[in-house]
Formats: sequence, structure tokens, C-alpha cells
Amino acid sequence: MRVPQPYDDIPGTTVFDAERSRQGYHLNQFCMSLMKPENRAAFKANEAECLKAWPMSEEQRQRVLARDWNGMIALGGNIYFLAKLFSADGKSFQHVAAIMTGSTQEAYAQMMLNGGRNPDGNRSLSEWKNRG
Amino acid sequence: MADLFAGLSTSHVPAIGAAIDLGKTREPYWQPVFQGYEFAKRWIDEAKPDVLILVYNDHATAFSQELIPTFALGCAAQFPIADEGWGPRPVPVVEGHPEMAAHLAQSLILEEFDMTIVNTMDVDHGLTVPLSLVYGQRQAWPCKVIPLAVNVIQYPPPTANRCYRLGQAIGRAVASYPEKLRVMVWGTGGMSHQLQGPRVGLINKAFDQRFLDLLIDDPEALTRITPLEFLRESGSEGIELVMWLIMRGALSAKVKTLQRFYHVPASNTAVGHLILECQSPGGRAVQ
Repeated sequence: MRVPQPYDDIPGTTVFDAERSRQGYHLNQFCMSLMKPENRAAFKANEAECLKAWPMSEEQRQRVLARDWNGMIALGGNIYFLAKLFSADGKSFQHVAAIMTGSTQEAYAQMMLNGGRNPDGNRSLSEWKNRG
Repeated sequence: MADLFAGLSTSHVPAIGAAIDLGKTREPYWQPVFQGYEFAKRWIDEAKPDVLILVYNDHATAFSQELIPTFALGCAAQFPIADEGWGPRPVPVVEGHPEMAAHLAQSLILEEFDMTIVNTMDVDHGLTVPLSLVYGQRQAWPCKVIPLAVNVIQYPPPTANRCYRLGQAIGRAVASYPEKLRVMVWGTGGMSHQLQGPRVGLINKAFDQRFLDLLIDDPEALTRITPLEFLRESGSEGIELVMWLIMRGALSAKVKTLQRFYHVPASNTAVGHLILECQSPGGRAVQ
């Protein structure tokens, strides 16, 4: 059972703590394997088959196949490991950032050029309750 | 005696390395970032450090989830450039200083900092981007580098206070090294940024500027920043800033600011950069 943590109150943020690290171990180690060209080739040839070799949960496998980035993070994925997966796909970080925040890549890139996401209104879950 | 004469801090955004490697530094997007390092590039050729103790974090490159050391001290003679998935960066191999690294390891462990000793390690953009920013493109790095890799990926990283105290111990260890060498400590990573989840893209300029102010004049105040405050205010990846406190702890209590630079954005990150010169021999003032 997960122990409640004070940082659970930070909205839109999943802190990669020891419990999530444990949960995401095989998912993240799979992503790490994609640093080697031969493993990337095997994964691209048959993604579902390749994932069976890793003892992750079926839910984790489905989220990898769907490239559900927030979904992978919720099941213990860490962004530095997931970066191996989107790099293998030839996707940029901003492509994935836009998906994670429900935006377009253009709008996300423009937000960064404008100074990034303001912390005001983004510190606590209570501030996100009334968001549209 | 080795002389710890200055510290330097900088962000280590991977896209900065790519911009250097691909010759994009004069493009309108990148020019404002690189002009902040023009001073460092001139200054470093006069300052001529012999050894850098370079504090950085590995980004799931040398360390997978198999082994997660909090403080890993690179004691090897050489550190190959990592292939992070798109080929190694075209930069020179990093030469270590095994003799001083061994002295650091021994001194720090006896001061009760339980260092992990690493004798084989590839180094990723966290270490090489700062070198490229300051030294530019060279055939060989003109100094030895002792990498100090800090876990900031799996929560919790070492606290701000622990990092500052470690820096102080590093200052003492350098001061007790008998060879006449000019030594710098570099702290890298940060500033505010968040790379994950719906809050991705967070930048907190007010937090960053206050951090720079206090790092220079009142670093003890920064040791009271809790991990929760870093996560909330500087973003889930902004917590890398604890590594800057290792650098600052190693310097004299009073420092002279030779360079201060801040720019938003580089990719998804606020870029900060300082050069701080010791006003008394580094490491001794804190004994």
C-alpha cells in the first residue's frame, strides 16, 4: 500500500520515489535496453513480442504500445528512461511534452519561448480543482 | 598545496550540447544562451585550472535502475563519452585525476560522507555539456576532471544541507592535497524545470533569481530549502539545484562574483550560470 506523501499535492507531477521506482523497474529497464541498436531493431520488428520478454505488468505493456506517456509515468516510468523510448521512435522531447500536457507541440514550444509555465496557480492540487 | 580558487555553476541541457555539435550557436534561438558564456570562455584560458571536480548527474546512462548511488566519485584515469542512444557526442575523452580522486575518496569517507567509488564509468551530457560551454570545441580538454555523479533522478536526492556540507568537506580535502595544483569545483544542472506530466514546462524565475542571490551571499540560507519546496517551486527536475550547493560549499565563505547569467528558455529549462572566485583559500575558511 502506498504511503501518502506531502508531494502528492503538487498538481500534474508524479515524483519518482522509491515506491514508483520499484513499480517501474522492468518498464524502465526495458527502456534502458533501447540504447543498444540491436535492441531497438528487435523492438521495432515486433513490439508486442519484444515486450513479453520483460516481466512488467500487462497494463505497463499496453501503455508502452499506446505510447501513453502519462500512463507509463503513473505506473512507475521515469522520464529519463522513457526518453530512450521516444528517441527510438525519432520523437523529440517537445513532441512528448505537448502530449503529456494535452497541448500541441507548437503551443508548448511557444509557452516555453514566452517564459515557461508560471508557478502561480500550479503549486497545489487545490489550485487545479476549478481548471477547465 | 592544491589551491581551490574558484567555482562555476551552469545548467547542462542536452539540447545545448546538440546546438554546439551541430554548429547552431549563432542561430537566433541559441545566440542569447551562448553569449552568456563568452566571459567564461575568455576567463578560463587565463584561470587555467589543472583539475575540475565536476558535480553532475547521470541521466539513466551509466547507471540504470540496477544501481543508484547517491554520491559516486569517478576515480578512473579516463571516462569515455557515453552513447546516449544517438551516438557519443563528438567531444574528447575525459581524463581523470586518479591520485587526487583517491585522496578525495579517502578524506570524504573519513569525514563520514559514504562515497561510492567508481572505477569504470561513461559520462553523459550532464558532464560534457558544461565542458563544451566553457571550453568550446577542442581536440583535448585542457584539464583533468574528477566526476562526482549525484543521484537526483530517484527521489529523494541528497538534501541541500547534505550537499553543502559535502562541498565543505571537498574544500578541506583539496586543501590537504600536497601537490601544487589549481582546482575548481563545478556544480551543474538546474535551474527551474519540469520534464514530466501535465505540469511539464514549469519555470520559476523568481525562485531562480533568489537562489542565485543567496548562493553568492548567504548559501547557509539555501541549506534550509526542503525537497518538497524544490519540487513545488523549481519543478520536479529543478531539484538538480542541490548540486550547485556542493560547489558553493567548497568555496570560501565570501566570494567575488565574476559572472552571473540567467536566460529562459533553453529547450525546456531555465539556464543559469555563475563564476565565483574565492576570497580566501577555498576549504580553509570552513574548518
